[in-house]
Amino acid sequence: MDLSFGLSYTARNVLIGATLLGALGGLMGSFALLRRQSLLGDALAHAALPGVCLGFLLTGSKAPLPLFAGALVAGLLGALLILTTVRWSRLTEDAAIGIVLSVFFGCGIVLLTHIQKLPGGNQSGLDKYLFGQAATLVVEDLVVMAVLGGIVALAVLAFYKELKLLAFDPGFGASLGLPMKRLEVLLTLLLVVVVVVGLQTVGVVLIVATLITPAAAARQWTDRLGSMVLLAAAIGALAGVAGSLASAVVPRLPTGPVIVLVSSCVLLTSLLFAPRRGLLQAFLRERAVGARIRRENLLKDLYLQGERSGSWTEAISWTHLMGVRGQGSRELDHTARALADEGLVERTDDSLRLTPDGLCAAESMVRKHRLWEVYLTRRLELPSDHVHRDAEAMEHALTDRAVEALDALLDFPATDPHGRAIPRRRAA
Amino acid sequence: MNPTLVILLVACSVAASCALLGSFLVLRKMALLGDAISHAVLPGIVLAFLFTGSRAALPMVIGAGVLGVVTVLLVEMFNRSRRLREDASIGVVFPALFSLGVILISRYASQVDLDLDCVLYGEIAYAPWDVLTFAGREVGPKALWVTGGVLLFNLALVGTLWKELQLSTFDAGLAATLGFSPVALHYLLMSAVSVTVVGSFESVGAILVVALLVVPPATAWLLTERLEHMVGLAILLGIVSALGGYAFARWWDASIAGAMAMVAGLLFFAALLLAPGHGLLARLLTLRRMGGRLSGQLLLLHLQKGGAVVPAALLERRFGWSRRRLEKVLAPLRSNRLVEVDGDGLHLTESGAKVLESTGRAQLAHKL
Repeated sequence: MDLSFGLSYTARNVLIGATLLGALGGLMGSFALLRRQSLLGDALAHAALPGVCLGFLLTGSKAPLPLFAGALVAGLLGALLILTTVRWSRLTEDAAIGIVLSVFFGCGIVLLTHIQKLPGGNQSGLDKYLFGQAATLVVEDLVVMAVLGGIVALAVLAFYKELKLLAFDPGFGASLGLPMKRLEVLLTLLLVVVVVVGLQTVGVVLIVATLITPAAAARQWTDRLGSMVLLAAAIGALAGVAGSLASAVVPRLPTGPVIVLVSSCVLLTSLLFAPRRGLLQAFLRERAVGARIRRENLLKDLYLQGERSGSWTEAISWTHLMGVRGQGSRELDHTARALADEGLVERTDDSLRLTPDGLCAAESMVRKHRLWEVYLTRRLELPSDHVHRDAEAMEHALTDRAVEALDALLDFPATDPHGRAIPRRRAA
Repeated sequence: MNPTLVILLVACSVAASCALLGSFLVLRKMALLGDAISHAVLPGIVLAFLFTGSRAALPMVIGAGVLGVVTVLLVEMFNRSRRLREDASIGVVFPALFSLGVILISRYASQVDLDLDCVLYGEIAYAPWDVLTFAGREVGPKALWVTGGVLLFNLALVGTLWKELQLSTFDAGLAATLGFSPVALHYLLMSAVSVTVVGSFESVGAILVVALLVVPPATAWLLTERLEHMVGLAILLGIVSALGGYAFARWWDASIAGAMAMVAGLLFFAALLLAPGHGLLARLLTLRRMGGRLSGQLLLLHLQKGGAVVPAALLERRFGWSRRRLEKVLAPLRSNRLVEVDGDGLHLTESGAKVLESTGRAQLAHKL
């Protein structure tokens, strides 16, 4: 089988590495996101740097394994320090993360610059861990990534139920007798492994985005952990593919930042367009509710004017209706047209009139309003001059069934607290 | 001017600026927003470079300031949409902006005279050699002017708005009712952080500026209870870190900025362990003392209930204590002559009974 996909050796390695990392990041990032520990990954990545340097200093080799081991130990130490600081001092989590992140990174920079000034140290190539140089990935790195990634994926699979509890309700998990503290350590350990795996590809600074951004995007599409984890892994992998291909094709385009920007674009798209949680959906829903309220208000305005003049068959002038709520003619026209389409009003060039169906609908609105006013004054004993505004809001929310129950509860009142008649429901 | 002196002065003014603002960041639980800003200003700096084609300080400060405010706005927009929590908002915004900056630098490397490594950890050692010329005359190192200017700006800002910052930090609600706008103060503080970050950028880089923003104030907070002491101590600790870092870096031939962060970290961990009151050791001792006192009271109550002489073995079984633990709990009670040992058993002395009587059982139970 041809595994080169028509790419050069380097580009193929980058593609495989970035895809692998994207999927792993999405997987573990989902748990970090749900546990509100988005920035823990950031701290762990920074904390791993001195470990990489120490691994090199102690073994004198650039082989992936000792560097991985060093990063792992330093990352875990960083996590431990954050936990200790938050648990035992007055400092809050943000400060603890900031401290570990910057101090460990500072130590890493000290070691790094020291190594660079050692004889022969310039070739150590450790600074690729800062920004990541995916192009330096060799097959040996990929093997280590794949093995560690496989272990992480297996561990998540094996402890899926426990990790789910940890993410959503650790208290309940503890009451079931599960060792939640140990699970927390396990989760942090897995997070450190993924962070360390990603260091070479995207670098210390941008790791956090490979964890959080795909997970945050996936969260917009689903409420189930299983699908969120899979989707986040897919988005991460996709960003990895897109980023590595883009940087292979376009000269002087670094892989890591492109991966981050691709997944950021996916996140923005998800925030805007995801069904149910999407901001566009929310906006449309809100607009639809607003339009309905305006329609119902117009019906009511027509009814009230008819009530005043004693006849609901008269046409009511455009200018009068515009004056009632101070709306513009375009807005009013829009609302009136919608009502006309429903057959509730007849519109002419300068006036509106309720049809029999429209009168029915308008009566229902006024009935809800006035019954609610009665309820507020009689049952909740609010002064009658304070109930109008509540009723204005409630009339749009009450269902027909609720309003009949309310009517019965109030013993079928004939008038509202201001003495105006409550329209009775007509026999259809 | 002596190069060493220039480096030290730049380092000290950066450290002092950061400690001044960082104190408020730490108290307002916004340390990570400072971290985010320090990364996100990068595209602003690069864009300023590309537009002006020079390293002029003012466009860079403006570009970074704008990006800093954009970061805060974006994070808050995501928060307010309630689709992302605050930590996630920060975690997605700053990498995206930083990536943008890195891509800009890589694409326009020929026009942008910015070394990527320097972005992360700066190069304060070059500070003495980049000299500012004004009206044809050399007026001293540019970094000194920039960081000194930023320090004066921050001092003026915090000095003028001390009362407002203090109140809105500790009681945002009260500040709002008194007519100070917490939102305006928030953005003012964030703008100041952006300006400070960009002023420090060339000297200490994007990440180590976080060390100076967060670590000395956090250390100071472990050591004092008053805001003015905390700010003063933070500045002092920042300066000590700067000087100590310089000395270490010279001795070990390593990055000065990195060593500054390292020394700041050492000071922090020392305070975390040893601070009176808030340090881990002090807390541990307090816990042990309280535990010991509690055990003593338990023992007294038990002896009172158990009657004349209670065998030590029974007590050990009942409380699950070892013989050593029992001895330890007994020691202060015996030396105060509240309990006496009688062969293998224990009994209350008269004064022990009196103490129990006078404290009152309800009170004791309450204390337990």
